[in-house]
Amino acid sequence: MHFTLRIWRQSGPQAAGRLERYEIDDINPDMSILEMLDLLNEQLTRDGVEPVAFDNDCREGICGTCGLVIDGVAHGKKHLATTCELRMRGFVDGTTITIEPWRAQAFSVVKDLVVDRSPFDRIIAAGGYVSANVGSAPDANEILIPKVDADLAMDAAVCIGCAACVAACPNASASLFTAAKIAQFSYLPQGQTERERRVVRMVEQMDAEGFGDCSNHGECEAVCPKGISITNIGVMRREYVRALTGQLR
Amino acid sequence: MLDLRAAAWSSVGKKLITGLTGLGLVVFVTVHLIGNLTIFMGAEAFNAYSDFLASLLHGWFIVLADLGLVGFFGLHAWSGLSVWQSKRRARSSGYAVSADARGPSRKTASSRSMLYSGIFLGIYVVLHVWHLKFGAEYVTTLHGEEVRDLYRLVVEQFNRPAIALAYALSMLFLGLHLRHGVWSMLQSLGMLNRRLLPTAYGAALILGGLLAIGFLVLPLYVLFFVDPVGTAAAMGGLR
Repeated sequence: MHFTLRIWRQSGPQAAGRLERYEIDDINPDMSILEMLDLLNEQLTRDGVEPVAFDNDCREGICGTCGLVIDGVAHGKKHLATTCELRMRGFVDGTTITIEPWRAQAFSVVKDLVVDRSPFDRIIAAGGYVSANVGSAPDANEILIPKVDADLAMDAAVCIGCAACVAACPNASASLFTAAKIAQFSYLPQGQTERERRVVRMVEQMDAEGFGDCSNHGECEAVCPKGISITNIGVMRREYVRALTGQLR
Repeated sequence: MLDLRAAAWSSVGKKLITGLTGLGLVVFVTVHLIGNLTIFMGAEAFNAYSDFLASLLHGWFIVLADLGLVGFFGLHAWSGLSVWQSKRRARSSGYAVSADARGPSRKTASSRSMLYSGIFLGIYVVLHVWHLKFGAEYVTTLHGEEVRDLYRLVVEQFNRPAIALAYALSMLFLGLHLRHGVWSMLQSLGMLNRRLLPTAYGAALILGGLLAIGFLVLPLYVLFFVDPVGTAAAMGGLR
């Protein structure tokens, strides 16, 4: 397969970036898009050009490290897949593919396609944890959790923190990520102790990082490789009201 | 740890305000349409309805409702504008190529144009209130009492094609705003779960459509089917 690639090149956070055009040949249809970028980088290195920097780690859709906006869609047009899970057979031979980094004021471009997602770490540090004594492993079923609650918590906990939700949101809002992290604890007994404090602090941190507000477009759910529902954002809002009214009592 | 003012300014607080005021405005618009439908029953019914509202609570109802509406419109506009402002800050440089993700996305022409349809409706509401509420004060008698002949004013105004068409066209923007607004306000208030969300999304299309069509039909009905000259003589009843 042959592709024309338009790739965002930016030498550093302060530098001006631009889209550069590259031609690449002999692409195996079963390669992932990241493997194609590996080939491109070998080609660039041979040509004496600086290779394209991009984030990746597990390359099997579970770590949340990779993430590219491909032809205008975060993680590409395939649903429920991370960037590394995209195979070249999903693209039309001979076409142009435009690859850009996640764009949000809160995420500065480190280099080329790599962005700094540490705002997510700070949102987690603000309240995305439970404080518990870590002794020996507790007995299974010592804490009883209804199956429905366990499932709802798990549906939120599958978030891998890739930040595609922010990249896809027309407002660059981090609501889906923050909501998933709040929701998973709200269903579980272990999450009750810090429940009110958690939602208030995490929302506060999300706002402080400079993410936009949510407009309920739902693009986040559509690009989420784990299919996290925007109903979790509803849970975050209910949790917020709960914290607010709890304080008035 | 959380004072109410900080909460109202937070991104979630703003959504709660948008949702709550939106809900209030949708209820108002629905009641407003149902009341206005009395125009189909003729001058007497319409004027009786208008007089009923004007004299409710010795006239205080209208004052309270006006104040409430100004507050709701104001808060709704403020929170909506600040969402737009935050978006401009949060995505200062955009994508070279952007496309829709499709699938479960609820991004539509309606959701993308909320700011513009909202601004349009804001201007419309001001003109509409100035045009009819503060329009000519005709007087008629109803059951031996002197009341405002709002029917005559409405019929007179909507018999001017430009005005009737402008009103009808404006209501397309109402439909556009409510297509996203109606389900979105429930989501903003955290009232939807996985089962309810698709239902609310569908219901928004129906309710938004019905409200827009209802308001759209009123001026056109008057333009095409109600004769201004005969209004004084034709008190009561459809012709």
